[in-house]
Amino acid sequence: MSAEDTIEPSRRDFLYIATGMAGVVGVGGAVWPFIDQMRPDASTLALATVEVDVAALEPGMSLTAKWRGKPIFIRNRTPEEIEAAKSVPMAELKDPVARNANKAADAPATDEDRSAGDGKENWLVMIGSCTHLGCVPLGQQGDFGGWFCPCHGSHYDTAGRIRKGPAPENLAVPVFQFVSDTKIRIG
Amino acid sequence: MSGGHSTYTPKSGIGKWIDARMPLPRLVYDSFVAYPVPRNLNYAYTFGGILSLMLIAQILTGVVLAMHYVSDTSLAFVSVEKIMRDVNSGWLLRYMHANGASFFFIAVYIHIMRGLYYGSYKAPRELLWILGCIIYLLMMATAFMGYVLPWGQMSFWGATVITGFFTAIPLVGEWIQQLLLGGFAVDNPTLNRFFALHYLLPFMIAGVVVLHVWALHVTGQTNPTGIEVKAKTDTVAFTPYATIKDAFAMIVFLAVFAYFIFYMPNYLGHPDNYIEANPLKTPAHIVPEWYFLPFYAILRAITFNIGPIDSKLGGVLAMFGSIAVLFFVPWLDTSRVRSAVYRPWYKLFFWLFVADAIFLGWLGSRPAEGAYVAMAQVATLYYFAFFIVIMPVLGLIETPRRLPNSITEAVLSKNKAHPAVAAKV
Repeated sequence: MSAEDTIEPSRRDFLYIATGMAGVVGVGGAVWPFIDQMRPDASTLALATVEVDVAALEPGMSLTAKWRGKPIFIRNRTPEEIEAAKSVPMAELKDPVARNANKAADAPATDEDRSAGDGKENWLVMIGSCTHLGCVPLGQQGDFGGWFCPCHGSHYDTAGRIRKGPAPENLAVPVFQFVSDTKIRIG
Repeated sequence: MSGGHSTYTPKSGIGKWIDARMPLPRLVYDSFVAYPVPRNLNYAYTFGGILSLMLIAQILTGVVLAMHYVSDTSLAFVSVEKIMRDVNSGWLLRYMHANGASFFFIAVYIHIMRGLYYGSYKAPRELLWILGCIIYLLMMATAFMGYVLPWGQMSFWGATVITGFFTAIPLVGEWIQQLLLGGFAVDNPTLNRFFALHYLLPFMIAGVVVLHVWALHVTGQTNPTGIEVKAKTDTVAFTPYATIKDAFAMIVFLAVFAYFIFYMPNYLGHPDNYIEANPLKTPAHIVPEWYFLPFYAILRAITFNIGPIDSKLGGVLAMFGSIAVLFFVPWLDTSRVRSAVYRPWYKLFFWLFVADAIFLGWLGSRPAEGAYVAMAQVATLYYFAFFIVIMPVLGLIETPRRLPNSITEAVLSKNKAHPAVAAKV
């Protein structure tokens, strides 16, 4: 065999390999549309944005909006809830990252970075989809007075941070902004 | 066993003409008439036939239900109610299909347990066993997607939770989930593709069943003694012996099936699935169909991080692992004795495993709180220990009972012990 190993590749070998490679690329190209069609289509992606009027929300009230087929929790938190969230030492958090699409990816999960920010710290806007397996958590329940997911028992605190249970991350904060004092645009 | 020595002799002219061109009658005769089966097969060995029957029943009822069902989120729930109320015999066909899925799983679980008890997976039947595992996986995918179609609350949230498993995969998890859903949440694209796949997969199952039966007919059946067929006296012809036994077992099985259809058609379902899907409200207590409950309990038992693996990924890996481990059973069992009949310790651990699997199923139906979580963790530990520790170790240290020399000897000595039975035979 060793003698044959040293034989120069022939033009036929080159043609075999080149044909084989062209075949692989061709098959890949033919398969791709069959996979690609499964991805979210243009109408799903063209979700635009949702504007929600929050004028009627007094402290201690919440509403649920729908965005991208998922519930969005908007809560006007009471001073006690904010205080409770602020008093938690960062070391106690299971997920120390804010998970806030409006902040830097590594922003810490302080109460301010979880909320709508300076001056609007009473506002909490989150995707109401448990980071475990996507159930909708129930508001103002659980061991930390925040949200509780009934499916697999994840407890979130008053800033929507995961504190206990199988969920790995804090409830995600979507891209949003106050377009006026009483209107929030999500997306 | 089949092939090589065919005893088929076509009698009619047409029979000879066909046999010379496309010998399908010969294949059927050799496989299901003259085919030799061990003479000591008991009723545990009838579930292969029952499963074939259930697959045909599910395909038949499914095809006619598809003629009335609409896979659109605004119409799916209503179309199922229409089947129940307006379509002629629609209620019967739907109850047959829904309960048929459950009975399909009852049969497959007995079939798998039979295999584990009598060591049916051991050489030279490893591929036969693996093909069976593939059928079981396809069955689970089919059943899951079928349960989504009525578009009730459990359909929707079951689909959300199960597709959520994929988000546990690092980096590409979310992309895969969106690929499966066709969106960011379970919605119309999801329902549509699940319907298409639910229609396709049973035919893929049928294809693998053909391979499964092919592999079976190459190696021949095992039997309760686990001893290979050695002589012609160890066997009887498939027809009439196995045919009649299978037919009788099917009738008993179908009688129980009919009892469920006519007297308790919703017993195995969940009342929440008669509430239309609502993406903004999760039912207080999501449970999968009963046949997935043991795996659901394993998923929820992992509530702690294992090194770099967080609890979510850990739960998903444990759940998939609990099924993946089945594929390795032929190599995990180190015993040279096939059947549990001659393995006193394996028999004990086997029945503990059956009890453990049922216990896990019950835990899966309970909320994931308090003592239930701790019990699920213990039961999960035994589930894996049975395959990964007990099977390999026990095979090396256990002293099996004396094996009979042949199937015939085992049968005759049994008849000697019960002379009255022997006399009748």
